[in-house]
Amino acid sequence: MQILRSLLFRLASTAVTLVGVAVIVFFVIRVVPGDPIAMMLPPGATEEDIARLTALYGLDKSIPEQFFIWAGGVLQGDFGTSITARRPVLDLVLGRLPATLELSIMALVIAVILGGVAALTGTRERGTKVEAGIDVANGMALSVPDFLWALILILLFGVAWPVFHISGRVTPSLDLPFVTNFYLFESLLRLRFDLWADIVSHMFMPALALAIPLAAIIGQLLKQSLKETMHLDYVTLSRTKGYGENHVIIREALPNAILPTLTLVGVQFTFLIGGTVIIERLFSYEGLGNMAIDAVINRDLPLIQGIVILFAVIFTVVNLVVDLTYALLNPRLRHA
Amino acid sequence: MLDGRSQIRRKIGLRLWLSGGWLLILVLAAVFAPLLSPHGPLEQDLFLGRMPPFWVSGAEPGYYLGTDSLGRDLLARILYGARVALIVALVAGSITALVGSTLGLLAGYLRGWVDVVISRLIDIWMAFPPVLFSILLIAVLGPGLVSIIIAIVVIDWTRFARVVRAEAMAQGAMDYPASAQIAGRTRLSTMIVEILPNVLPTIVVLLTLEMGIAVIVEAILSFVNLSISTDDPTWGGMISEGRTSIHQAWWIMVFPLVTLFLTVLSFSQFGEGLKDRFDPVLR
Repeated sequence: MQILRSLLFRLASTAVTLVGVAVIVFFVIRVVPGDPIAMMLPPGATEEDIARLTALYGLDKSIPEQFFIWAGGVLQGDFGTSITARRPVLDLVLGRLPATLELSIMALVIAVILGGVAALTGTRERGTKVEAGIDVANGMALSVPDFLWALILILLFGVAWPVFHISGRVTPSLDLPFVTNFYLFESLLRLRFDLWADIVSHMFMPALALAIPLAAIIGQLLKQSLKETMHLDYVTLSRTKGYGENHVIIREALPNAILPTLTLVGVQFTFLIGGTVIIERLFSYEGLGNMAIDAVINRDLPLIQGIVILFAVIFTVVNLVVDLTYALLNPRLRHA
Repeated sequence: MLDGRSQIRRKIGLRLWLSGGWLLILVLAAVFAPLLSPHGPLEQDLFLGRMPPFWVSGAEPGYYLGTDSLGRDLLARILYGARVALIVALVAGSITALVGSTLGLLAGYLRGWVDVVISRLIDIWMAFPPVLFSILLIAVLGPGLVSIIIAIVVIDWTRFARVVRAEAMAQGAMDYPASAQIAGRTRLSTMIVEILPNVLPTIVVLLTLEMGIAVIVEAILSFVNLSISTDDPTWGGMISEGRTSIHQAWWIMVFPLVTLFLTVLSFSQFGEGLKDRFDPVLR
């Protein structure tokens, strides 16, 4: 009962947050100077043409009136029509979403692997030069944001030693058999490993850039909790049973040390998704973020609205899932 | 134990010295930019385009770090770019700290409906992708230094508000603010005279970190071509320009990138060093 009630409360508060985001973005972008209608008409359009098109997109009404028309549509799953692409915003946005999701998840996986290895190695080699080295690397990785790592990776592995692709999502000349936009996933399902390798080679640099700061956070926090756990009695006990250091760290200490890291990873994952906007731009990766920047440049108001709302939905859903996972995994909350 | 502590302290000292040293060099470079650079940052010489730095053969004497595609001196542009970066860091950082800390203090100490409203705003702000939000704001405000500063304040105040709110809440639960009120202080003056000094070290650390973030935001915005005018030298603008000719002239992108990297790293390390310095356990 308790859990159900707090869940309902969370859902209600999420709804309020989303409405808040919708209101703010709606009013902010309507202050943007630059007339989107004027930009889409050919030169020599008559006054009537302009008026007709303005009315078509509902831009002749007052801003609060526009908001309620738009919000009413959203509740029915209609996010309006993109001014530049002249297609439904929902189609455009959902078409790009898989690319951004695949990139974010790949970055998350890389971050967990890198951070996990750093934490486990650091715990195993605690007190030595190796641990000190890991600490320094973590500190550096944490201090510099994904944008700069991306530029450095482009220089190193795109220009100086060009082993990875640094532009796009897939080599354009390849023949793509895909029916969904989850290229990475679908190429695996179709057992097209040639395509899969090409896609990974395109995604690896942007994913790594997004992953580096998160990997450092995971490495730092997990190592800290692991080292604390290593002092507990039950760990000492398992050591007296004759288990080796690796077994003690991975099988005994890790399950108890992982919870704080898990919560943090959830929050940090939303930051990572936010970071895709500029990273996709840098790598000309055709995801939501890249489309968002184009939408701002083209003053495509309905599209901007749709993308911002979608990002906000993703952020709040991730946070909700993290809280639920935490409640399920934490024995103290599970039995409450 | 004592030995370990002095070791940690030495490490912190080194970190503060190195990062502080770089930031000091940067401030001096920005202040004395006209004296240090033999050329103006906007001076073009199309016959001297893409000249390499001094140690590469074919370098043009007087242009130590080489020139960009328009024959402008890279060293001069980096030095003048430091001015923009530092102004953004100082002004945007301080205003963000002021706004965010004030709201955080009010929410954390006064609680009640003030806290409800401010916390709700923080929740809404956290649901925006920050980079997209800043690009959107610059589109609204128009490019320019003032717009960038406003955008940073509008987006990043939550960084201060969240942390300061939590700290003020913890401080408010202690005995001393209550005693101060019994001794006749009003709530507002208790907040400023009693709570604020205890939260101040945290604010200083956050401010240092925020300065690094401000420099990055400026660079990102110049990179998407929304920052200041394209002629004025900014590191982000130089990097974005250099990227287009990276295969012909690597130095155009590498030098501003290295400068930006060291600066962001220094702000962050300086903040982390200060945090450890303020830590009573380590002290």
